Amino acid sequence: MTQTLTPSTRAAAPTTAPGRRRRHGRPEPIAYLFLVPALVVFTAFVVIPALVGIFYSFTDYVGFGGWSFLGLRNYTALLGDPGIREAYGFTLGFSVVTVIVAQVIALVLAIGLSKRIRFAAGLRAIFVIPMVVSGIVVAYVFNYLFSNTLPAFATAAGIDPLSQSILGNPDLAWLAIVVVSAWQTIPGALLVYTAGLTSIPGDLYEASSLDGAGPWRQFRSITLPLIAGFVLINTILGIKGYLGVYDVIVGLTGGGPGNATSSVAMTIFGGFTGGDYAYQMANATVFFVITVVISVLQLVVSRGRNIRL
Amino acid sequence: MTAIATATPRDGRAPAPVRDRRRPARAHRTSWPLTVALALCSLTVLAPLYVTVMMAFKTSEQSVAGNAFALPAPFNPASFAEAWQLTRFPVSFSISVGVAALTVALTLLLSSLASYAIVRYWSHRFFRWSFVYLLASMFLPFPVIALTEIKLTALTGLDNPLGVAILHAMFQLAFSVLLFSAYLRSIPVELEESARIDGATTWQVFWRIILPLLGPMIATVGIFAFLASWNDFMLPSMIVSDPTLQVLPVVQNIFQSQFGTNYNVAFASYLMAMAPTIVVYLFAQRWVISGITQGAVKS
Repeated sequence: MTQTLTPSTRAAAPTTAPGRRRRHGRPEPIAYLFLVPALVVFTAFVVIPALVGIFYSFTDYVGFGGWSFLGLRNYTALLGDPGIREAYGFTLGFSVVTVIVAQVIALVLAIGLSKRIRFAAGLRAIFVIPMVVSGIVVAYVFNYLFSNTLPAFATAAGIDPLSQSILGNPDLAWLAIVVVSAWQTIPGALLVYTAGLTSIPGDLYEASSLDGAGPWRQFRSITLPLIAGFVLINTILGIKGYLGVYDVIVGLTGGGPGNATSSVAMTIFGGFTGGDYAYQMANATVFFVITVVISVLQLVVSRGRNIRL
Repeated sequence: MTAIATATPRDGRAPAPVRDRRRPARAHRTSWPLTVALALCSLTVLAPLYVTVMMAFKTSEQSVAGNAFALPAPFNPASFAEAWQLTRFPVSFSISVGVAALTVALTLLLSSLASYAIVRYWSHRFFRWSFVYLLASMFLPFPVIALTEIKLTALTGLDNPLGVAILHAMFQLAFSVLLFSAYLRSIPVELEESARIDGATTWQVFWRIILPLLGPMIATVGIFAFLASWNDFMLPSMIVSDPTLQVLPVVQNIFQSQFGTNYNVAFASYLMAMAPTIVVYLFAQRWVISGITQGAVKS
C-alpha cells in the first residue's frame, strides 16, 4: 500500500518542506515518543486489518474455521457476478449524477451568497446546517416525506406517476438517494467555493463590466477559470465520498426495492452475514483499488493547484 | 476586502482614487431579487427541519395522514416522553457524547504530537516516511476493512463504544496530520530556539509554545473529528455488538421495524437526536464555519 503512494507524495515533499528545517541533526529520543504511538495504533487498527483482509481475498475463508488458497478465483468470480456488477453500476452512476447535481447547486449558491445581498451571513449559516446533522436521521425524515407526503400531495394534485412512493419504484428510488446525498453534501462544497470566490479580486469584475461584459460572460471568462481548481478538488472529494454511500441508503431504501439501490458498501457488509466473507474481501479490495486511483488523482490535482496559487 | 483594496494600488493597475469613491456607493446597493431567491433556496434546508418539529408534536392519528407540513392539531408533546424511553435517550446520548469526546481527544493528541515530530524532523527519513504512511489511510474507506475490523474488535474485546472511538480517531488521523503539519510548517523555528536557549525541553516547547500556536487548527481538527464521530451510523452499527450500548444515530433504527406507524414518536426521537448539534452550531456558527472552511480548503 505504502509503495503505491510513495512516488506522488515523495515528489510533493521538497516543495512543502522549508529548507531551514534541515539544519536539525539527529532526532532526540523524545521525538520518537511523539510519533510512535500514532504509528502503532494506526498500524494495529488500520493497516493490519487491511492486509489481513487482502490476504483472505485470495482464500475461501468464510469468517471462521479453516481456509485454503483459491488464487484469483474470487476476483474472476466477481467479474461474472451480475449482483456485483449492478452494485458497481449503481454506485458509480449515482456518484457521477450526485456530484454534478451537488456541485452545480453549491456553486450557484456560493456565487449568489458572494453578491450584494442582505442577510448573507444568516443565509450561509442556514445553508451549512446539513453538515452538522446525522445522515441517517436526515434520511429517515426524507423517507417519510418520499413515502407519505409526496404521494399524498401528488394524489391531491392528480399527478399519477408520483401517487405511489418513489422509494418503492426500482426506476425512481435512486433519485431519492441523490436528493438526500446532495442535500447533505452541498454545504461542504459551498464553503470551498465561497473560499475560492473570495480569492478572486473584485477589480476583474469591475474592469470587465466597463468593457461591457454581462454576468454570464463574467462567469464564463473570469469566475469559472479562476475557481477551476476548486471545482476539480470538490468533484474528486465528492465522488470519493459518494462511492462509499451507505447511511443514506439504509435510511431510505435499505438497498431495495429488490437490489435496485444496493451500493458497493452494502454488498461488502453482506459478506459478514452471507457466508461469502472471502469473496466480499475480494470485492472490498477492488473497491480499495478504485478509491486509491481516485485519491492519487486528488493528490496530483491538489499539488498542481498549490503550485499555481 | 480591505486587504485587497489596500494591496491593489501597489500593482499600479487600477487608479485607486476612482475605486475608493465608487466602493461606498456600491456597498449600499442590495440585490433584493437575489436575496429573495436565496431565501427561497434556504427553505429546502429548513423544510425537513420544520417537518421534523411539526411531526414530533402531532398525535399518532394525525402523523399517519401523510401531510408532514400541516400544523399539529391537537398539539401533543407526549411523544417525547415515549421516544425518550424507547431509545433510552439518556444512555444513548451519553454514549454518543463519550464516543465523540474520546474521538476528538485521541485525534488531537495523536495527530498534533505526530505532526510536530514529523515537521520538526522532516529531514530525517523515518519521520518523512511516517508521514506518507499515515496519509495512506486517506485512501482507505471504512467498508474496505469493515469485515476484518468487526473480527478484530470482537477478538480484542473492543466491540463496544470504546472501539468505535478508537476507530473514528484512526479514520481522522490522516486528515488531521495533514492539517496540523501544513500549519506547523508556517510556524518559524526561531520561536522554539529562543525557548531552548532558555533551557526548555522539547516536551515543554511543545506544550507551552507549539500547542498554543496551534489554536485555530485544533479547533478545525476538533470540529471535523466531532462531526464525523457524532453523526456516524455505519461504523458503530457494525462494531458495537451489545445493542444497549449503541450510539444515538444507530438507536433511531428501532422506529423502522417496530412501532411502524407511530411516526410522531419516531420524529420526536429524530428531533432529540438532531437538536443538540443544531443548537450548538447556531450559537457558534461563525466559528464553526471558519473552522470548517480552513480544513476544507487545505485538504
